[in-house]
Amino acid sequence: MTEKRTVAATGNVVVAEAFRQCAPDVVAAYPITPQTTIVEEFAKFVAQGRVHTEYVTVESEHSAMSACVGASAAGARVMTATASQGLALMWEELHIASGMRLPIVMANANRALSAPINIHCDHGDAMGARDAGWVMLFAESAQEAYDNTIISLKVAEDPQVLLPVLTCLDGFITTHSIERVDLLDDETVESFVGEYEPQNALLDLDNPVTHGAFAGLGGPFFEFKRAQRDAMDRSKAVIERESAAFSKITERPFGLIETFMMDDADVAIVIIGSASGNARHVARELRSEGVKAGVVKVRCFRPFPGAEIVSALRGVKAVAVLDRAESFGAQGGPLFLETRSAMYDAAERVPLVSYIYGLGGSDVRLELVREVYTDLSDIVAGGSVPDSLVYLGSR
Amino acid sequence: MSNWDISKIDSWKSAQFPLGAVIPAGGNSDDYVTGGWRSERPERSIEKCTDCLICWIFCPDTAIRVADEKLADDWVDLDHCKGCGVCANECPVEAITMVPEGCEIREAK
Amino acid sequence: MQLTEIRWHARAGQGAVTAAKLVAETALEQNRYMQAMPEYGPERMGAPIKAFTRISAEPIDIHCNIENPDIVIVLDESLLDVVDVIEGIVEGGTVIINSCEPPEMMRKVLGMVGGNVACVDASGIALDTIKRDIPNTPMIGALAKVTGVVDLEAVKGLLVKTFGKKFGQDIIDANLTSVIRSFEEVNVA
Repeated sequence: MTEKRTVAATGNVVVAEAFRQCAPDVVAAYPITPQTTIVEEFAKFVAQGRVHTEYVTVESEHSAMSACVGASAAGARVMTATASQGLALMWEELHIASGMRLPIVMANANRALSAPINIHCDHGDAMGARDAGWVMLFAESAQEAYDNTIISLKVAEDPQVLLPVLTCLDGFITTHSIERVDLLDDETVESFVGEYEPQNALLDLDNPVTHGAFAGLGGPFFEFKRAQRDAMDRSKAVIERESAAFSKITERPFGLIETFMMDDADVAIVIIGSASGNARHVARELRSEGVKAGVVKVRCFRPFPGAEIVSALRGVKAVAVLDRAESFGAQGGPLFLETRSAMYDAAERVPLVSYIYGLGGSDVRLELVREVYTDLSDIVAGGSVPDSLVYLGSR
Repeated sequence: MSNWDISKIDSWKSAQFPLGAVIPAGGNSDDYVTGGWRSERPERSIEKCTDCLICWIFCPDTAIRVADEKLADDWVDLDHCKGCGVCANECPVEAITMVPEGCEIREAK
Repeated sequence: MQLTEIRWHARAGQGAVTAAKLVAETALEQNRYMQAMPEYGPERMGAPIKAFTRISAEPIDIHCNIENPDIVIVLDESLLDVVDVIEGIVEGGTVIINSCEPPEMMRKVLGMVGGNVACVDASGIALDTIKRDIPNTPMIGALAKVTGVVDLEAVKGLLVKTFGKKFGQDIIDANLTSVIRSFEEVNVA
């Protein structure tokens, strides 16, 4: 029988709790706002003997991910956490971890990248890593941050996947807000994530292997990258399977995307992260005013659930894609680019507008969300579609 | 030869390569013939050589062969000697000289 | 119960975040949904800060600052000179101030027409009971009395549970007394 505990806790505290329950062999991490309390809490668990993890303190995030790569290649279950500049400093090791097919789970407390310096939430850090070969999940709430962390480990270590997973939660908004969270007991998490059976472990002395060999010109580098792409593609079914299994235990839904009032929606917002609830709240208000508004929340960004989004947006007359990240010089934010690309396959041509919002923690006020729906309703009523992206609420 | 057969590697499909580009067996550097990189080969004067084995210690490619605590009759593993000349340079009695390579080099794999 | 939004005004170091958290935890004890979040920035002891608490019988969807609070709690009356504490407050909203002044006077200072203004000498009560000027816990007693958004018994229960892990009985008792006294001594106008 699964015993559930309901607590009032921050996103970071419950992510640390999930880490402890997943019992990693190695955590190598460097503290950075707003991730700090994850590793602080976890270090406390190690000090208290509540988890038997080799906790490696390092001098930088570059070293943190290097140590994680080494430990994972050695055959350890490895987890870590970072944010913003820290994730940026890991840039080269991110690609090494995925290329070596190491199932490292890393929590990322989404925070803006400098300059100017800013410690608050946006998705610029995580989106900068979107082509690094990591599976990427995004949480809306502390509850989802907890759930995603546990599911991430199971997905990463699946023999069909063996890819690292970045599990993102919004800096301060989710990391530092206290919310109501249901936690599972240790035994349930332990039996869900199971025992990790590493492949090609360096510390398996009976079966010596070489990691990090050369695959140069004329060699199979190209084929290795294709194998990575295939694994990422396979991960979609694994995420669906494992999240369904997890949902069965928790009775909480998990979808690659989660739709709200989309069945008959005329206008819809596609969005990621903590502001999704703001969109739902406004959509609910608009429904009572007779506007058929809906929301598509994207919980899994890599692999990108393009077909699911196309299906959710069927019949919608105008779509706004809200990005909490820039892709300077591109035709829209990262989520917009993916969504519009997916929508090329849709049966009908639907106007899509790219909105950039909430950079550097800029507050996502409900009237801003309402403004987006108003713009969409204008388009549906025959108004023109903006020919460039919109900076929502910017002066 | 290690137990990892790569003789047909050129026809492998993407999914046939080992996970994460690992080399899934040990000791297979022996299979990689580097002797073809050599333009000079070491030759030893039996008269001068004292079997001190300093060449064996210094050889960066472990290409010096030893038998019964002396240099072996076929003392250079020509499949792996790259002709760097470290042995000739380090020999305390100048028993080793580097001579231009002839035509009997094995093809590099 | 509908969504209740509380905004806390304090100076960094006065325990507003802890208080916002305590109220959220009390709401959880009463099996409700809640959020408590500080308005984060660099640490600057003494600087005016805000914190927020949301309480609802239903799961809370929204993640944004509270701009139209139902309740405003001011932990330091000197803030009234530097911060517009009633900015955006809903019609009929409640302001609770840590002050020895009568609430009628504070109502004039704030220029508030409707709603409720309440004053409690939370610092005085804290000095009497906890022996330190930490007005956050007493303010929760006043909040319970004036708004009923949290229940006094639930607050007391939570204090025993939370402080019981770390502190001795004398400290628990002092905190309990501070809450009960401010519950009894708060004046509303």
